[in-house]
Amino acid sequence: MTTATDSLPATDSPFTLSHLDALEAESVHIFREVAGEFERPVILFSGGKDSIVMLHLALKAFWPAPVPFTLLHVDTGHNFPEVIEYRDRTVAQHNLRLHVAHVQDFIDDGRLRERPDGTRNPLQTVPLLDAIESHKFDAVFGGGRRDEEKARAKERVFSLRDEFGAWDPRRQRPELWSLYNGKHAVGEHVRVFPLSNWTELDVWQYIEREGIELPEIYYAHHRDVFKRDGMWLTAGEWGGPKETETVENRLIRYRTVGDMSCTGAVDSDAATIADVITEIAASRLTERGATRADDKMSEAAMEDRKREGYF
Amino acid sequence: MSTTIETSATSLLRFATAGSVDDGKSTLVGRLLHDSKSVLTDQLEAVEHASRKRGQETPDLALLTDGLRAEREQGITIDVAYRYFATARRRFILADTPGHVQYTRNMVTGASTAELAVVLVDARNGVVEQTRRHAAVAALLRVPHVVLAVNKMDLVEYAEPVFAAIAKEFTAYAASLGVTDVVAVPISALAGDNVVEPSAHMDWYGGPTLLEHLETVSVTTDPSEQPARFPVQYVIRPQSGEHRDYRGYAGQLASGVLRVGDPVTVLPSGHTTTVAGIDALGVETDIAWAPQSVTVRLAEDIDISRGDLIAAGATPVPTKDVEATVCHLSDRPLHVGAKVLLKHTTRTVRALVKEISYRIDIDTLEQRSGAEGLAVNEIGHVVLRTAEPLALDSYSDNRRTGSFLLIDPADGTTLTAGMVGEAFDTVRTDADGEDWV
Repeated sequence: MTTATDSLPATDSPFTLSHLDALEAESVHIFREVAGEFERPVILFSGGKDSIVMLHLALKAFWPAPVPFTLLHVDTGHNFPEVIEYRDRTVAQHNLRLHVAHVQDFIDDGRLRERPDGTRNPLQTVPLLDAIESHKFDAVFGGGRRDEEKARAKERVFSLRDEFGAWDPRRQRPELWSLYNGKHAVGEHVRVFPLSNWTELDVWQYIEREGIELPEIYYAHHRDVFKRDGMWLTAGEWGGPKETETVENRLIRYRTVGDMSCTGAVDSDAATIADVITEIAASRLTERGATRADDKMSEAAMEDRKREGYF
Repeated sequence: MSTTIETSATSLLRFATAGSVDDGKSTLVGRLLHDSKSVLTDQLEAVEHASRKRGQETPDLALLTDGLRAEREQGITIDVAYRYFATARRRFILADTPGHVQYTRNMVTGASTAELAVVLVDARNGVVEQTRRHAAVAALLRVPHVVLAVNKMDLVEYAEPVFAAIAKEFTAYAASLGVTDVVAVPISALAGDNVVEPSAHMDWYGGPTLLEHLETVSVTTDPSEQPARFPVQYVIRPQSGEHRDYRGYAGQLASGVLRVGDPVTVLPSGHTTTVAGIDALGVETDIAWAPQSVTVRLAEDIDISRGDLIAAGATPVPTKDVEATVCHLSDRPLHVGAKVLLKHTTRTVRALVKEISYRIDIDTLEQRSGAEGLAVNEIGHVVLRTAEPLALDSYSDNRRTGSFLLIDPADGTTLTAGMVGEAFDTVRTDADGEDWV
């Protein structure tokens, strides 16, 4: 990329940290700050790679004691079975407590209405806020990263939400040094993003280094898919394919895991972590650009959803 | 670009850029991201689409960094934006901050975690008031390395004397603020000269390109040169199973090196003991250094809780009287007599603003006494009295244990950023020559 004219960074000191070590130390610091300052924290756990890395960091942060947080999954009902199986196995393995908020319950009793396009990602906000309120969670860990999307690039590590769960970019507190201000009024809560400074590549490199198991759908496999909005979607009961859409069996993998109706697969033969890292390093698309229909809606789609209280 | 190179990036550099659109800052940031291949196709397409909607023919790279709707609509940057990119050698976290005076708080925020600051000047204008302000903020926040990027060299015929004069003036000014590590690079962000690729127009310049310097600058001071500081975040006590009797203090080393067997002092109590064991996130180890997050076990059973400091070497004397340089961050002014919360490392205590000794004009560095309050973006020197003693280091010695926040106890608003001690290594007085120091 560039030609070296200067000497490499001084490595005389034995006290160096790799970028993964530095990111890990920062994330662990954030988990411990929350444990020290909040009454009822919860980790949003979807079974996606970012939430899996969060849980892994939390397990390390409090070793040999158990993680002092419960988990919350907002279940759209359009889940990949492999992910639910992984979720339940992980919860049992670490003796954790999992709350599940079902979008379906809210549709059944009329608090939410199914969208014409069948996607349920935007519907998660109401059950999420309901769970936060009913369980009185005061700190909610999310796996959001600032590299994902430009509205997230200005997100704080500790992000204050009002009593409606809403995010007001103008009310966000300046964050200096490693001093996080978690003060909040009754009814307000703080979203906490321990992976703020990680990139997709960092997450995968860390998964490789730590030998973290992921749901199989992150690796290449054959699957019946059909094309919609330029993405490969999995055929299923949620409403695809339409008559005009043709199902094909392709070798694909998922770069992100979300609602089946709007999470696209990518053509890939990356069967191992090393393959995936090679693929991401060479990719010319961001993870959300490649796989998320909901972010393609408008220039400010994420900003608008965040304001309403989305992850 | 081979994968082995991509994944072997080891160190992390946090740096900040300060400047305005007029200096070409957005173009520079866009150029760094674009030429280091960190802007991906869909991001570029989004920018092109948005630029066309605004009637612009060429993609406006500023749209890559202006994330919020209000910013795009008003064509301004209102907040610190964090950018991420990597080269074969290093991972970078860029705090991109707007440069106008009303955004001093954003520059202060971005500089607080930066190990390097890039100050941008327009080669046609040279060192102007804004340049001095950016240098002052970097000096105030004790950013260890400063880069002067003399931009728009293409508009001054790539003339060496223009660059040399600006570099000389800036370096002298920075030195007067106590900033000794200044590297000046002549660039054209628009044309790409010396940003990522060496310039074909400036043979007279033999130094590194901006990116080469960012890749190779030595990022951290040797932790063994500083005394160990370990603020306790959380006490780990499983109280059951095989680790029934385990008691460890979880924290992140703010500075220094800790070894098993080291004598340590617990502050503010003053109890002394030795390090019995160190667990590095589940793996027992003999040694840990800043900024690692670890769990420390001590030889004696002392009453320690969140907010205590485990320290080695020369330890600070806990005090309730705090003198500090502050930058006020909130739209609500800070007044003498205000009762606030002070958050220092992992300890939050009540505090009273006893005195605002003087305000510092960040453009001229003049100290103006008689300030009744500090408004947003203002910098001053204050005297505080806390309800409980704090183990403070001077900010010039330790950016982590010498910094604090003031918080409004009523609604939790972050009011003020504080740095223990004097602002700069050199003291200036205003023209009136008033009798305070």
